[in-house]
Amino acid sequence: MSVRTPMTLATIEAEQGLRAALALAPEEVVATIKESGMKGRGGAGFPTGVKWGLAAEAPAPDGVRYVVCNADEGEPGTFKDRVLLSELPDLVFEGMTIGGYAIGSAHGICYLRGEYVYLLEDLEACLARRREAGLLGRDVLGSGFDFDIEIHLGSGAYVCGEETALIESLEGRRGEPRNRPPFPVVSGFHGAPTVVNNVETFAWAAAILARGADWFAHIGTDRSTGPKLLSVSGDVERPGVYEFPLGVSIREVVEAAGGGEAKAAIVGGAAGTCVPARDFDRAISYEDVSTGGAVIVVGPWRDLLEVAENLQWFFVNESCGQCTPCRVGNIKLLEGIRRLRAGELSRRELDDLVGLGHTMQIASKCGLGQAAPNVLLSIIEHYRAEVLGHIPVGAR
Amino acid sequence: MTMLPTEVVQDNADLIEAIDALVARYGNDRSALIPILQELRQQRRQISDVAMQVVANRLGITPVDVQGVVTFYHFLDTKPTGTHVIHLCRTISCAMAGMESIATRLENELGISFGETTPDGFFTLEWANCIGMCATAPAMLLNRQALPRVTPDEASELVARLRAECLAQRSGNGANGAAHGSAHGPADGNGAPDRTSGASGPPTGA
Ligand code: FES
Repeated sequence: MSVRTPMTLATIEAEQGLRAALALAPEEVVATIKESGMKGRGGAGFPTGVKWGLAAEAPAPDGVRYVVCNADEGEPGTFKDRVLLSELPDLVFEGMTIGGYAIGSAHGICYLRGEYVYLLEDLEACLARRREAGLLGRDVLGSGFDFDIEIHLGSGAYVCGEETALIESLEGRRGEPRNRPPFPVVSGFHGAPTVVNNVETFAWAAAILARGADWFAHIGTDRSTGPKLLSVSGDVERPGVYEFPLGVSIREVVEAAGGGEAKAAIVGGAAGTCVPARDFDRAISYEDVSTGGAVIVVGPWRDLLEVAENLQWFFVNESCGQCTPCRVGNIKLLEGIRRLRAGELSRRELDDLVGLGHTMQIASKCGLGQAAPNVLLSIIEHYRAEVLGHIPVGAR
Repeated sequence: MTMLPTEVVQDNADLIEAIDALVARYGNDRSALIPILQELRQQRRQISDVAMQVVANRLGITPVDVQGVVTFYHFLDTKPTGTHVIHLCRTISCAMAGMESIATRLENELGISFGETTPDGFFTLEWANCIGMCATAPAMLLNRQALPRVTPDEASELVARLRAECLAQRSGNGANGAAHGSAHGPADGNGAPDRTSGASGPPTGA
């Protein structure tokens, strides 16, 4: 119902990827993922094969490594991971198993966001079926490789989508991001080498092993290979999950969803950027407009500052409070937007707001604070006239 | 490690038993903390000061560590919740689809603001940030189950239906001579509010 285009992932034959992986040496599995060119589907865009290779090579004194599936899908406007976990959980777990084999890990953890607790029962049942079928547990498919997966339920905190915060949360702490380095691939959960990948990344990993690296690498652009699931919502006739090859234009996505009139699209969710309709020829890809999958379409009648205010409130509410630029900066930006909408802000104060936004981008500790001013700054940049229209003539 | 005063142990035997059962199930490693707290919150609708001290004692960490975790996450809280918990998504796609009028309707039907529990203890009303239902906005969680495409009238009907259920259950309990005037599970002794008076202040520490 909410899946609007055929999903390639739904056509991947069960177990095919896992059997193909187990027939290879672990290094060859890593090499296959590297050859596919796949970058993380969560949006940050780190090459998955490189990540797996680093974790496989990192010293693990007691031989323990972890594979973590980041199912903490909290980015506003993103729901494709929920759909994947509901419709194709086997493929996601198969991808995790392949990851475990590739890096030499026996332990998989799926960090499921607390908001998706209603998926838990079905996911546990899926894991039980897989154990029964010899796809998890001791000696997976008679290969001598042991691997099992447990589900850890989150408790409601957007920042836990950040991989080091997620690990803190797994360890029973406040989800406050860690300083990096060390990176989780070297020292992650309980100090062991840990690969953290998005739900969709694991599903595609299974597909790549099933269909081959070349198949994947030939879809998309040179630097953004493969298909990508996009979550489209907002002022469109047909919101839902769409699959497109990376490199697709924003226009094509917006039109497919029936948002032809759109004035703008927020690509990448609250942490993303506001792209004006005149730039809809830009591509959704790691080298142009990057996104974990959210495309929020904004109709022509909307006040963009209303959008900005809503998203800034989100960051005020979700900041972990650890660093000052993010904790205080977001409150100041929200106040500024509210005053601007009330016609109380002067041009000079608007410039100060922009300056504060730039400071937050460079001085915040983690991705949350660094990205928090993005949407506002892009609106101020692209919609100069509209924004200045909120300032009384004398104060411009 | 925190020691527990004898009278606290005596007065909260039931709570301590529940926590020990959870520790037996999840282990006493620090990484068991959040699963234990989640389950405790589910079972007892609150994580009281005493509960935090007992959990700290069992896991060999400080109560402040436990409190730090409880106050960090949206779904953990020291305040008791009502029988039914509504989380309305206030994020962008829901806001664009009419969240505001649902919010107003809920506040009016319940007579409380967001972040509050009704005096009868039947409902807690909370905001949620994007719950991944943006394609079927506006959306909410009712007792952590997702409800898509809510209309203001549906919100009214929902409240009326659940309230009637709670009242029926309460009069049933009353006939059985229930000590508390509330329709929900055991409240933790220490500072547990009397929901019939609408008090929802934080539990006072032992
Ligand atoms: S914005 Fe409400 S569910 Fe995503």
